[in-house]
Amino acid sequence: MSSTALSQFSIPFLMGNNLNAWSEALAGFNLFGLPLGLVILAAIPLVFIALYSLTYGVYGERKISAFMQDRLGPMEVGKWGILQTLADILKLLQKEDIVPTSADKFLFVIGPGILFVGSFLAYAVLPFSPAFIGASLNVGLFYAIGIVALEVVGILAAGWGSNNKWSLYGAVRSVAQIVSYEIPAAIALLCGAMMAGTLDMQKITMLQSGSLGFAHFFLFQTPIAWLPFLIYFIASLAEVNRAPFDIPEAESELVAGYFTEYSGMKFAVIFLAEYGSMFMVSAIISIVFLGGWNSPLPNIGPLALNDLTNGPLWGAFWIITKGFFFIFVQMWLRWTLPRLRVDQLMYLCWKVLTPFAFVSFVLTAIWEVYVP
Amino acid sequence: MQELDTTGLGSVRVTRKSDNVVVIEKDLATEQMVLAMGPQHPSTHGVLKLECLTDGEVITEAVPYLGYLHRCFEKCCENVDYPAVVPYTDRLDYLAGMNSEFSYALAVEKLLDIEIPRRVEFIRVIVAELNRIASHLVAIGTYGIDLGAFTPFLFCFRDREIILGLLEWASGARMLYNYIWVGGLAYDVPSDFLTRVREFVTYFRPKTLELCNLLTKNEIFVKRTLGIGIMPADVAINYGWSGPMLRGSGVKWDLRRNDPYSVYPELDFNVPVPDGKLSVVGDCLSRHLVRAFEMDESLKIIEQCIDKMPSAEGFNPRSAIPKRIRPKAGEVYSRAENPRGELGFYIQSDGKSTKPIRCKARSSCFVNLSAMKDLSKGQLIPDLVAIIGSIDIVLGEVDR
Repeated sequence: MSSTALSQFSIPFLMGNNLNAWSEALAGFNLFGLPLGLVILAAIPLVFIALYSLTYGVYGERKISAFMQDRLGPMEVGKWGILQTLADILKLLQKEDIVPTSADKFLFVIGPGILFVGSFLAYAVLPFSPAFIGASLNVGLFYAIGIVALEVVGILAAGWGSNNKWSLYGAVRSVAQIVSYEIPAAIALLCGAMMAGTLDMQKITMLQSGSLGFAHFFLFQTPIAWLPFLIYFIASLAEVNRAPFDIPEAESELVAGYFTEYSGMKFAVIFLAEYGSMFMVSAIISIVFLGGWNSPLPNIGPLALNDLTNGPLWGAFWIITKGFFFIFVQMWLRWTLPRLRVDQLMYLCWKVLTPFAFVSFVLTAIWEVYVP
Repeated sequence: MQELDTTGLGSVRVTRKSDNVVVIEKDLATEQMVLAMGPQHPSTHGVLKLECLTDGEVITEAVPYLGYLHRCFEKCCENVDYPAVVPYTDRLDYLAGMNSEFSYALAVEKLLDIEIPRRVEFIRVIVAELNRIASHLVAIGTYGIDLGAFTPFLFCFRDREIILGLLEWASGARMLYNYIWVGGLAYDVPSDFLTRVREFVTYFRPKTLELCNLLTKNEIFVKRTLGIGIMPADVAINYGWSGPMLRGSGVKWDLRRNDPYSVYPELDFNVPVPDGKLSVVGDCLSRHLVRAFEMDESLKIIEQCIDKMPSAEGFNPRSAIPKRIRPKAGEVYSRAENPRGELGFYIQSDGKSTKPIRCKARSSCFVNLSAMKDLSKGQLIPDLVAIIGSIDIVLGEVDR
């Protein structure tokens, strides 16, 4: 960018520009012919978001639930209990790593690992800003839908390997639930892909940018888009086992579901994976329907809000904000609604969400073909 | 569930009939699994153990195992004087200590045949009804947790906290009061107590509506409880059910009306019974609704008691307490309406001792729980949790 352009814009944009240059420099860093810089670069958002989503996701959940329930929540560790999660992590790290004697050791140990990998592999295709994307795949959305299914393997391994009846129930429920809900979720995302005409996450996001801000988002582009948006949101709740679909870990029925036997760091890893997936689905829904890293603010006459609030760093800010907003909604639902029963859950999936997903699919197709 | 053992080829079909019986039609024999639910399970409300025979998620049989909290209540009573039994009764149904004490005091007073000052009676009814509200709040809140709704639980506990504060102010203890003594009370209520109780009544009325909007009107909650665990009225009577459980099955049976004691005949209140409009009579939702409506009725009772209360002038709460309790030889059975049903005391005296020869507590939770085997047959595991929650057991009273 030229110096005249720099003088026009505000400090955040300047920083974003520098960050861009810095990241380009890092990307060029090779060690023994290996593109180590690229690997580090791709890992930065992952590590950053992972730590964020765990530390502040857990803290936020506790504070938000406390706020909804006339409580204070964590108040002891640090100001307003802000370091509570760090203290919890320290505690979990120090705990003895217990493997039940009757458990299948291999599956028991590898379960949380697969779960974690499955939840975080999807981060590779999430564009965190115009400059930040782990892997700009041309089938990014397809990959993201597919890789989530790996979690199922982890859950089944953890549930079966624990050799605990409650864990088994939780695992089997979870598998049935996730596999079923992938169908409406995938069809709903397909509507977004159809509107974009591509599966590349970065391109989907770019197609939603424009000077009118939120008006360019796919959610507001057609009158049908809210239907796949809602369907995907509901299905994503089920996919990440959040209330009211948290039956795999329903604490009042199955003690703790598939992770009943886990403690210490393995438990923390499962927890991390759970919060990781929460952010992941929130990011996917905001990329496909709400413009990802695009600023929602429109240009109003001479006040160029959209131009001011776009850029690499702003992009990261917007997508994380949108993601956290959906995490907040997930928490809000969790602390308000009771839990569905297994058969009611399946009813909702196969007899309500899936038909409506097909309807929205057809309507979107008609809209895309016949409405210019 | 006897049709299960048909053999042949084909797939498994699980259908839920309208009368809430899950029917499994399948041709391949599958192995049944024994699932021990409890005694450390989060939703058995204490140390109840249910040994369930499960076929997938469907329970073919659930047998409750008791005794993890057995403390020899009845034997202890035989070794202490009559007044010293009162603290033990607190520990029966520890969520409704006042009601248990009330019931015991009524039994011994019946045996002694003594007259109680009117103010004592009114104070007893006020604290007992306050405790009934507190107990129902716990029942409703934990029922919410059983079904996955966590927030109503804390809302309930927030309001229960105020009641516990009031009762602590009167008696000095938060749960195990030792307040209602044989023949009187430990203390008169503090001077400002009745105004505070009235304030609580005006505060709590809108809160019952809030609770109703949050939980009772919640579609998922209704879906989880409507038509689940239906108990017909005749079977309920045969099992000896009482309290909200029996009323949930549509039987208008409330000991405060049907076998009146204390000042209840002078008070105007309704006995809520499901009419089948909001729920299927006898299901989990009916039992929940009965508890929810009963809180309103208790508020009414408390208000009337405050209005009718004789003044504290020259009042001694211990004036009618006998110096030494040595009843004539004989036996007595007296019962009172507890939040969970009929709590009765059978007391036998030999006329010489200051200790009861025999003191038997007829606990409502134990009797209500005995229907578990019938209720749980053919239910799904989540429904079993809903049913246990709706029975609202307190293991302290089940095991004694």
